[in-house]
Amino acid sequence: MSGLLDRKLLFVTGKGGVGKTTVAAALGLLASERGKRVLVCEVDPKGDVAGALEAEASGFVPREVAPGLFVMEMDTEASLREYLRLNLRVPTVGRIGPVARAFDFVASAAPGVREILTVGKLCYEVREGRYDLVVVDAATTGTIVGQLAAPVGINELVKVGAVRSQTRWMLDILDDRATTGVCIVTTPEEMPVNEAMDLAARLESETGVHLAALVANRVMPELFSRSEQEVFDALSGAGRPASLASALGDAGDAAVSAVLDAAELAVRIRRSGAAHLERLRDALDRSLPLLYVPYLFGRAHGVRAVRRVAESLAEELGG
Amino acid sequence: MTPRRAPSPVDQLVASREIVVACGPGGVGKTTTAAALAATAAVRSGAKVLVLTVDPARRLADALRVEGIGNTASRVPAAAFTAAGARAKGELWAAMLDTKQSWDALVRRHAPDRATADQILANPLYQNVTGRFAQSHEYIAMERLYEIHAEGEYDLVVVDTPPTRNALDFLDAPQRMAEFFASGLLRWLVAPSRSRLVSIASRPFYQIADRILGTQFLGDVAEFFLLFQSMYDGFVTRARAVSALMRDPRTTFMVVTTLEAVPALEARQFVAALGERRLHLGLLVANKVLPASFSDPDAAAVAESFESRAHEVAGVLARGEGPELADETLVAQVLQEVGRSFANFERVARREAELLASMSRSHEVTATVPHLRGDVVDLSGLLEIGRHVFGAPG
Repeated sequence: MSGLLDRKLLFVTGKGGVGKTTVAAALGLLASERGKRVLVCEVDPKGDVAGALEAEASGFVPREVAPGLFVMEMDTEASLREYLRLNLRVPTVGRIGPVARAFDFVASAAPGVREILTVGKLCYEVREGRYDLVVVDAATTGTIVGQLAAPVGINELVKVGAVRSQTRWMLDILDDRATTGVCIVTTPEEMPVNEAMDLAARLESETGVHLAALVANRVMPELFSRSEQEVFDALSGAGRPASLASALGDAGDAAVSAVLDAAELAVRIRRSGAAHLERLRDALDRSLPLLYVPYLFGRAHGVRAVRRVAESLAEELGG
Repeated sequence: MTPRRAPSPVDQLVASREIVVACGPGGVGKTTTAAALAATAAVRSGAKVLVLTVDPARRLADALRVEGIGNTASRVPAAAFTAAGARAKGELWAAMLDTKQSWDALVRRHAPDRATADQILANPLYQNVTGRFAQSHEYIAMERLYEIHAEGEYDLVVVDTPPTRNALDFLDAPQRMAEFFASGLLRWLVAPSRSRLVSIASRPFYQIADRILGTQFLGDVAEFFLLFQSMYDGFVTRARAVSALMRDPRTTFMVVTTLEAVPALEARQFVAALGERRLHLGLLVANKVLPASFSDPDAAAVAESFESRAHEVAGVLARGEGPELADETLVAQVLQEVGRSFANFERVARREAELLASMSRSHEVTATVPHLRGDVVDLSGLLEIGRHVFGAPG
């Protein structure tokens, strides 16, 4: 299953708030620790990837934040400038300024253009081969199809011109299962799982990009075996907290109940999550890896959390 | 758990406000909280309340009976309240935002004539633009809200907002839309196809754009903008009116968050953004909060004893309790597991308590909703949330 990191381009997506950025950073960290040269690109430039790795924010130019691990933020205007410079030999920066502004304006109104600049830059990095792996902290489940389908869309809308001729090689990279994959992150909750299932179906029908893996983030660990659960139910029964309090000698009933409540909450969250994950599993191709990342009770943000997530992913991936 | 300091009771909210905009980071239960507020207002006041949702979970949609009905509002039947053990003094209505349908209606309203409207709706770029135009979803939500408010059908409208990249997006959407149509760039861009004379000023752009995109695509873009420009006056006027409605004293905002690090930070940014724009923060709701007892030192001591004295306690229980606790080893294992589990939650609860305290210090309108039993799937679940936000009925 370590095949996941053997791809060249991985889009990490998910519903807002499921930990997409942390997982993207963790996959990047893991691959770099396995000796790969990795670029993690944040498509929605808020500096969150750098923040998760507790490194100084980068711009469009990648910054090495750990050995072999580079971080960059997407900037469509800079991407356009790079494209013009490399492909059309459009000369001075002075002339590009207003053109880029106008272009930005067209891009915001004629979607596909902004997306193609984003996807184009990512594919360009893959083609140039300066990195073994490009991990994308991509758009959320709601908008990623628009991004990934942009080359197809541009092909339909634009009949001639340089952009059209550019889309072919991008599609070759995007549609190749061994090169490019999408990794959907979800939490074991109703809406994130629904969106993951919807996206899995839409990727198939609306883009040529293949689903590579799903990550179930913040999974509550199983607290009890079946026989332990029976004992726990007995311990929570009527009058039992009082018995426990007296067995301890110096404890109050309320304090004992609070402790039992916490375990009950863990069981409840685990059960409701398991039902949602089962729904997800049933809807997906059995051969697709579903990687579990446990709920982090400690700090859920920052480089320590990223490292913990990377360790869990490493265990799940093996190899 | 009761609110830190009593927020305005529902009656007062309904009396003084006509619109509540629910906003906050994604994945915190914003939609559910908006629905809970509306349901509670319908039960406790005689008001006719509408909840306008954007993307409800299927079971919540079922509970509100809004599945697949588009922009049309439907009433949650009184029987549903009876089944939830409540009686509604007012009425609860629900509607789901249909972006495409709303855009089409907007075009029909603002286009100078039917033919132009048809042309716009048929333009190949239109689908793209309405579906994916930056902020189009945000804008249309605010636009629908304006429309509903102007019709004056409801005493209170609670609107859910789409998850946005950042706090500013939907607040600025009307303004950006107005700027977009007012912009000189737009006029400049459509000028050539209007006059067929490429001005000197636009030449470098066209030369490069031509090479990149091709003339035909550029022609489509230009035609689209030209058509859209015919709606300029209507659009700009409306966008300004929508902005004004957000600032109206009859409108208030409810920021919903959980007490996890990232959402809480985003919620603070929302609150700051509201402040900068002089918009009214009516309620700050901390959702899915762990009970205060999870950070109780006495409970922590018990959990610690469960771990360190598991065998001793199990021995006492094996002697004094029934056969189901006779297996000492097994009982000891469970006690240790329970102790560890509490210690885990205690760390989270302490972090939450600290965050909540700092929020409550700066905002006197903070309410908390505990981690409820399972997902909220029906009206009684919504009303339970309402009790946490507004306290027990007075």
